[in-house]
Amino acid sequence: MEVAIVKYNAGNIFSVISALKRQGVEPELTDDAERLAKADCVIFPGQGNARTTMDNLRRSRLDEVIRSLTQPVLGICVGQQLLCRHSEEGDTDCIGVFPVDVKRFRPDSLEQKIPAMGWNALYDLSSPLMHGLSADDYVYFVHSYYAPVCPFTIAKADYIQPYSASLHKDNFWATQFHPEKSGKVGEQIISNFLTLAR
Amino acid sequence: MANRGLAKRIVPCLDVKDGQTVKGTNFVNLRQAGDPVELGKAYSDAGADELVFLDITASLEGRRTFTDMVTKVASEINIPFTVGGGIHELSDVDRLLYAGADKISLNSAAIKTPSLIDEIAAKYGSQVCVCAIDARLDDRGWYCYMNGGHTPTDLPLFEWAHEVADRGAGEILFTSMNHDGVKQGFALEALARLAEDVPVPIIASGGAGKKEHFRDVFTLGHADAALAASVFHFGEINIRELKKYLRNEGVNVRL
Repeated sequence: MEVAIVKYNAGNIFSVISALKRQGVEPELTDDAERLAKADCVIFPGQGNARTTMDNLRRSRLDEVIRSLTQPVLGICVGQQLLCRHSEEGDTDCIGVFPVDVKRFRPDSLEQKIPAMGWNALYDLSSPLMHGLSADDYVYFVHSYYAPVCPFTIAKADYIQPYSASLHKDNFWATQFHPEKSGKVGEQIISNFLTLAR
Repeated sequence: MANRGLAKRIVPCLDVKDGQTVKGTNFVNLRQAGDPVELGKAYSDAGADELVFLDITASLEGRRTFTDMVTKVASEINIPFTVGGGIHELSDVDRLLYAGADKISLNSAAIKTPSLIDEIAAKYGSQVCVCAIDARLDDRGWYCYMNGGHTPTDLPLFEWAHEVADRGAGEILFTSMNHDGVKQGFALEALARLAEDVPVPIIASGGAGKKEHFRDVFTLGHADAALAASVFHFGEINIRELKKYLRNEGVNVRL
């Protein structure tokens, strides 16, 4: 099975690669449109600033390549945000797979710190991506921006308000959290995603 | 039923020297405790939320060994981990993040070169930058120490904590030298003040001896995470049992 990871200078992907290797998959890191198109599934990671990472994608026209993919695609963290329509971070137009706009968390007390960093419980789970999980399984998040709850939400988490921990539309899945850093629950999600592509 | 919102984190800390974990009592008398990767895996399986590896090796050779260990840990462990020790400049940060670390922890280097915090935050984001602060309460109040607690400074704890947060540190790892190794509980008053004053998460360190200390550090000290070493390494506290206890006490923890 061929798993491609989109290469576009968006942070440390060592953990994503390691997580796939632990599932017996040897991923290919590539920015080549043809190789991405012919992979069985594509992982679209992301860390850092939405504006900077989106600019990186546009420069190499990878935004169009990603939008046109037809096999299962998994966006992770900023990857999820970039698959949305727009991000408040740097007032950035994004890839637009999910017709929803990414907002910045607005804390209403000192207890609510930004970035939201740590383990949070998932609930209202649907979609095969969440197969085998129980409501209130915890996953690991690091983020200051979020996608609101919308018709494409397949898992919610609460921080300041409920938001989309995970999204799904057609062949596109995405998680705001880091499955590669989310212990056994994260491993289950990665395994579920690979199953979607088999 | 889990609580909603971010869970309080339990963080075992592993001091690493020449590829082996050790733990000091009051910063001296190092004791041998095990293999970092094996120990890290065991902690991850036991329900630790995060791991901290501190390199206490001084030599260049030891530094290479530590970087190799970071890569091994990152390959085999599926929870976040922070590395610290021996970080003097941005190139050290680059090296450790490329080796697979999720976050790096600065201590003396931040005091010697505060702009290093700004540089790390600008290059990688605040979330990778943990600022460790060792402080001791004496007649003058709380003051910061450098070099593993050996060198006193004139920096007041609360001012310094503010400054590192302003410069872009994403978390503060506060160790009370008065409480470290004594196992009589965390520095609750100082922690509560930090939690109230400083707009970034606080990791409490120093003083864990029994389960009640962890409850208190979250409910009274308002810490976001609690770090400990020997009580975990020597099996005095089992992490899974600790988290069940905390859940029963009304603390939001990941089970």
